[in-house]
Amino acid sequence: MIALGILLALVLLLVVFGLLFRLQVLTSIFSGSYSREIGLSNRVNAILMLVFMVVGGGAFAYSFVANWDKMNPPIASVHGAHLERMFWTTMLIIGIVFVITQVALFVYSYRYQYREGRRAYFFAHNNKIEIIWTVIPAIVMSGLIFGGWKQWTSITGPAPKDSVVLEVVAKQFNWMVRYPGRDQQLGASNFRMIDATNEMGLDFNDQKNLDDFTASEIHVPKGHPVLLKIRSRDVLHAVYMPHFRVQMYAVPGMPTRFWFTPTKTTDEMRSQTGNPNFNYELACNQICGRGHFAMKLNIIVDEPDDYVAWYAQQKPFVEQNPEVLANLKQNQAGSVEEATAAAPAAIEAKASL
Amino acid sequence: MAATNIPTNAHAQEAPHVQHHATGDHHDEHEHHEGNFLTKYVFSTDHKVIAKQFLISGIFWAFIGATLSTIFRLQLGWPEATLEWLQPILGSWVEGGKLDPAFYLALVTMHGTIMVFFVLTAGLSGTFSNFLIPLQIGARDMASGFLNMLSYWFFFLSSVIMFISLFLETGPASAGWTIYPPLSALPQAIPGSGLGQTMWLVAMALFIVSSLLGSLNYITTIINLRTAGMSMAKLPLTIWSFFLTAILGVLSFPVLFSAALLLIFDRSFGTSFFLSDIYIGGEALNHVGGSPILFQHLFWFLGHPEVYIVIMPAMGIVSEVMATNARKPIFGYRAMIGSLLGISLLSFVVWAHHMFITGMNPFLGSVFMFLTLIIAVPSAVKTFNWLATLWRGNIRFTTAMLFAIGFVSLFISGGLTGIILGNAALDIQMHNTYFVVAHFHLVMGSSAFFGMFAGVYHWFPKMFGRMMDEKLGYVHFWLTITSAYLIFLPMHYVGIAGFPRRYYAWTGFEMFNQFADLNAFISIAAILAFFAQFVFLFNFIYSIFRGRRATENPWRSTTLEWTTPIEPGHGNWPGEIPAVYRWPYDYSKPGSESDFIPQNVPYSQTVSSNLPYEKEME
Repeated sequence: MIALGILLALVLLLVVFGLLFRLQVLTSIFSGSYSREIGLSNRVNAILMLVFMVVGGGAFAYSFVANWDKMNPPIASVHGAHLERMFWTTMLIIGIVFVITQVALFVYSYRYQYREGRRAYFFAHNNKIEIIWTVIPAIVMSGLIFGGWKQWTSITGPAPKDSVVLEVVAKQFNWMVRYPGRDQQLGASNFRMIDATNEMGLDFNDQKNLDDFTASEIHVPKGHPVLLKIRSRDVLHAVYMPHFRVQMYAVPGMPTRFWFTPTKTTDEMRSQTGNPNFNYELACNQICGRGHFAMKLNIIVDEPDDYVAWYAQQKPFVEQNPEVLANLKQNQAGSVEEATAAAPAAIEAKASL
Repeated sequence: MAATNIPTNAHAQEAPHVQHHATGDHHDEHEHHEGNFLTKYVFSTDHKVIAKQFLISGIFWAFIGATLSTIFRLQLGWPEATLEWLQPILGSWVEGGKLDPAFYLALVTMHGTIMVFFVLTAGLSGTFSNFLIPLQIGARDMASGFLNMLSYWFFFLSSVIMFISLFLETGPASAGWTIYPPLSALPQAIPGSGLGQTMWLVAMALFIVSSLLGSLNYITTIINLRTAGMSMAKLPLTIWSFFLTAILGVLSFPVLFSAALLLIFDRSFGTSFFLSDIYIGGEALNHVGGSPILFQHLFWFLGHPEVYIVIMPAMGIVSEVMATNARKPIFGYRAMIGSLLGISLLSFVVWAHHMFITGMNPFLGSVFMFLTLIIAVPSAVKTFNWLATLWRGNIRFTTAMLFAIGFVSLFISGGLTGIILGNAALDIQMHNTYFVVAHFHLVMGSSAFFGMFAGVYHWFPKMFGRMMDEKLGYVHFWLTITSAYLIFLPMHYVGIAGFPRRYYAWTGFEMFNQFADLNAFISIAAILAFFAQFVFLFNFIYSIFRGRRATENPWRSTTLEWTTPIEPGHGNWPGEIPAVYRWPYDYSKPGSESDFIPQNVPYSQTVSSNLPYEKEME
């Protein structure tokens, strides 16, 4: 009943608009404004151009300032700080161009509106200014390219040798994390070995896997380079960690990598933002299916000591899931103990972080 | 007309003994056949009718595309609200008042596909290339009217298939308009990758056929059928932009076709071009050795020229409309052509800037960053030239002119942020965020739409013999530009904060818990923009039937289409095709009495206004 009423009201409203429109057409025919080629409306539009520029520009500036804090979440990596500086420098340059060109556009529109008896200035080209405004953008762009190129090569360059290495594996719709364990080496994996328990497809024929451990969150030490090795086991995903300015696709069949150095622990960030629940988060940023929007993983940045302590407490995957070794040969099972026995040495190595 | 007369003549020649009056009868029948509704309005070979078919199809698709975006904007603006009232349209996709997350992705995918291909490629280029090329170069029709007709009907068939796919039980294609495999290759990954994706691929294959038939025709026509005196250096900028757009299409669409074909093989015939090492739905698939990144290279080899296929016709239209209504020659005609050429060339070597962080070799990233930022230079030149065209003009704000000015404004706003995104280092953070969404919706979405509106308002009198209502046009323009900015400027803020695109909701993340109010605001502006388009729709339909009658040259323009009768028949000019003597931008020429000199006026008739180098041509 209500829906019908709303529908009726809408129809009536449309009829009213239609009548008003017809009335306006008829009056303009009688008043003769239809036959005058350029009437009052030209002036009104010219003024609206100015109004649009001033009101629109003002509203833009106001909302930009008002939203400044919200659009600048804190940054917590070494290269992130560089990128942030470059981002806002570039924004400043394009902001200046934006203001100059938009003001010119709207002011010219207003200033050179039609006037009876005036004639436009026949000005077809001028080589000098054309060269100037080709060369200046070219120079500015070269500067920006150079800056960007330097950052890009250093960010994508090889990770430092002493980086903490961990593996992030994506699947529909969550993330899995693996650390190399005590031998500091990630074991091999094979997608044909994936099953309900061995979700990352670890190949236990490879001894290096025997001490690898998985985690439900990413732990990384502050102030130390971290190398992410990224895989996907089904469709494309992307590892996206906005606070660290980290993003890299996870591609099935093609492992990728990205390294960064965190600069603030989770605790420091909690006190800086005044939010006791603050957590670094990892999001999926490449469309991957129905649960795309909910692929989240927490990242904890620890003080190096806390990180080493946490690392030492973790139990290898095979120890927690002994059944994965059941169908492997007996002699290999024996080497699990060997690998576990090598533990203290590796912990010491880690302690030197 | 000439072609259809041939059988009659042949018949007469073969049988000279046939009585004269019999031939006459035959001829009458033939004339009657000409007026047949089916051949005149449906299976027409007249470029003007085909243009209108593309335009009306494009408008239809634009409303479908806009409706889809309004639905997902409701979800993004008010993630907690119930959408139960949409159940009559969406059925089980809103089970329990909540939009299905997989269907959300279908909406996003189809919105992109429809807007980019069906509206801004077929609707924009299809309409104006078809309509203006013969009229502005002085030709009776396209080089092949029949292929031109086929071009539309392939598009129509493609449209029907794409439209039907919207109603599939498993939903239409849902892997994003870029249909990256493996998501688009595996029905186990998302239901839309089943029949929906198959129909998408078939529809796009037909679309590419349509586009190629059209483009080859445009190129051939422009090269071969120009009227006497119409050298390439006297072509209006519209024609230059259509010409280069068609070349881009011919060179890049086949690559998309190959990508689609290989994807079909992977999906249906067990090949592994794009698939490798996949475990999904509880089993390890047999595909090894393929590369999903290869698909992205193929896709963006079309995909990037595609954005110029969308924007260049709009640039041409705007140049033409702006010169006419500023009563001033377009500034730097040759520089405008040069920058179009530069953009066309560079558009083929920038595609991998969509792929900086896919795991592609970082060295390639450096190369593509360099090439991408170079393309900003010709775009900047064009912008400065438009500004210089307005400077010291005598501007008449027709609706078309307003949209042309709006185009420049949106093109600047959206184009500048491309400088950020083209920088590989900055793209690490910005890739796939709302910053990207805001950027391309301004620079190739809204501004291409504005170019299209400028074209419709400007050439409506030539298409339908009547004028569109100016007052409604003003309302349409101001509502549209205001809402476009209200949508896309705040979207940059959301993007700078790192909000990912194609997210059904951001509520699961602590870092995306701000901006709920701003997202609602953007949605309100989007709904406003949607309703503003009904003003246009009303104006368009009303004016076709009841609009004020047009005069022969209502905008006092110099180009050849305005020398035809008010409603030109098939063949365009009833008599001889006019010859051309001068460039298309002789507005407000000093010494001339009138403030415009049409292209078909010889120099001998304008002795008082001829420039020194024109004297010899008198």
